[in-house]
Amino acid sequence: MRKYSVFAVAREAMRSHKGWEPQWVSPEPRASYDVIIIGGGGHGLGAAYYLAKEHGITNVAVIEKGWLGGGNTGRNTTIIRSNYLYEESMDMYEHSLKLWEGLSQELNYNVMYSPRGVMMLSHNTHDQQSFKRHINANRLYGIDNEWLTPEQAKAFCPPLDISKTARYPINGAALQKRGGTARHDAVAWGYARAASDMGVHIIQNCEVTGIRRGPGGEVTGVETARGFIGAKKIGVSASGHSSMLMQMADVRVPLTSNPLQALVSEPLKPIFPCVVMSNTVHAYISQSDKGELVIGAGTDQYHSYSQTGGLQIITHTLDAICELFPIFRRVKMMRQWGGITDNTPDRSAIQSVTPVKNLFVNCGWGTGGFKATPGSANLFAHLIARGEPHRLASGLTLDRFRTGRLIDEAAAAAVAH
Amino acid sequence: MFLIKCPYCGENRSELEFRWAGEAHIARPENIAEISNEEFAEYFFLRDNTKGVAYERWRHIHGCGRFFNAIRDTVSDNFLLTYKAGLPRQPVPGSAPVSPDAPEGGAA
Repeated sequence: MRKYSVFAVAREAMRSHKGWEPQWVSPEPRASYDVIIIGGGGHGLGAAYYLAKEHGITNVAVIEKGWLGGGNTGRNTTIIRSNYLYEESMDMYEHSLKLWEGLSQELNYNVMYSPRGVMMLSHNTHDQQSFKRHINANRLYGIDNEWLTPEQAKAFCPPLDISKTARYPINGAALQKRGGTARHDAVAWGYARAASDMGVHIIQNCEVTGIRRGPGGEVTGVETARGFIGAKKIGVSASGHSSMLMQMADVRVPLTSNPLQALVSEPLKPIFPCVVMSNTVHAYISQSDKGELVIGAGTDQYHSYSQTGGLQIITHTLDAICELFPIFRRVKMMRQWGGITDNTPDRSAIQSVTPVKNLFVNCGWGTGGFKATPGSANLFAHLIARGEPHRLASGLTLDRFRTGRLIDEAAAAAVAH
Repeated sequence: MFLIKCPYCGENRSELEFRWAGEAHIARPENIAEISNEEFAEYFFLRDNTKGVAYERWRHIHGCGRFFNAIRDTVSDNFLLTYKAGLPRQPVPGSAPVSPDAPEGGAA
């Protein structure tokens, strides 16, 4: 792999950019692998990368039915934060945030992580009490989070309307300054490039149609659109389609797949310096480096795989955006899309061994999986390599739905977050 | 937004009047205090999450307030049939998806 640097750019500029190589190779699949990861999004590609880098397992294939990062990795609103309430969540998301901070350097790929601050608006007394509880829990756990008065919130994000007569008055905000955004495609591509360089096979346009089991019940490989591929271990990391894949191995998982929509505006000059979220009125907004306002809406109420959603959901979100930021009332929306999120009953993720030997699952990230990408990938690789969860992910097992030890994460709003 | 035919009110009404209420035909075990944790998890948490034709419950919360069952294709989001709660699992009508506002479409 040729290193990307300013010198590489200069060198290629001198020779008409003829020396760039493909970022990853797509070889013919081998007959079998040590590990097959199903799902070529950020989580799956990242897991393959960490398997190779930290656990020395390079005979790995990532199998993707579409194209890399074409699922929820490319459909989210790229918000990164770690200010969750419970220790199980804080462990995972803070681990992830720390990896985000060094990810561009580690991968030699600019993932455009931008710690511009994530501000969550409080609109009423309940919000205020809940946010302050989160802030205290976070700070006791060593995670930054602070309370802002309405005036401080306005100073941090000038387009915000904090007037007393606003339709959704603001009585404060919680700010995590290390939170921010990153470039979603670059995360998938950066992991793919680094993994491919260490020998991982990346196989796109190859849908898994079955999981084959041996006489002892253990997995032996996958049936795919390109024939049978053997595997000693299989990791499923397929977001909204995880429950279908798990059913191929006769494992039921507590997931419901719901559409979640997002939309972007026409490009504007830089005006919006941070990420603002309001769980109460369902509005999530930031500005991309291209200048588009990136807006996240809520989930549809029903289970669906349609990758679209009801117009009333985004109308509701835009109503709230226009009230919170009257300056954006005449901005035109350019594109709208949906992704299929996999939601668990307690809105916390599942990263777990399964009743089937050598089958592992990473799912249930629901509406908030993007921020978890590096941390989840890193700990999923640990789970696959060692066969038992890392300390930081030990609460996220499937077993919690039997024991009742749920992680009832109020910070996860079951909408975009 | 869906148009949903409530089998009690008999009209196609906007989705805003309805609440989705999860998978249909899941019976609460009658000996709930005696079943094992595994059986409880199976009843309480595990769902089929079907891709394709699914049986589900809806509630006409801003109408008659009653629960009913529906058959819906979760890929096209078309309702194939709605029917009253308490009826057994109904057969899937035809093979081609029917639009909910078609003349005979959402007939209960």
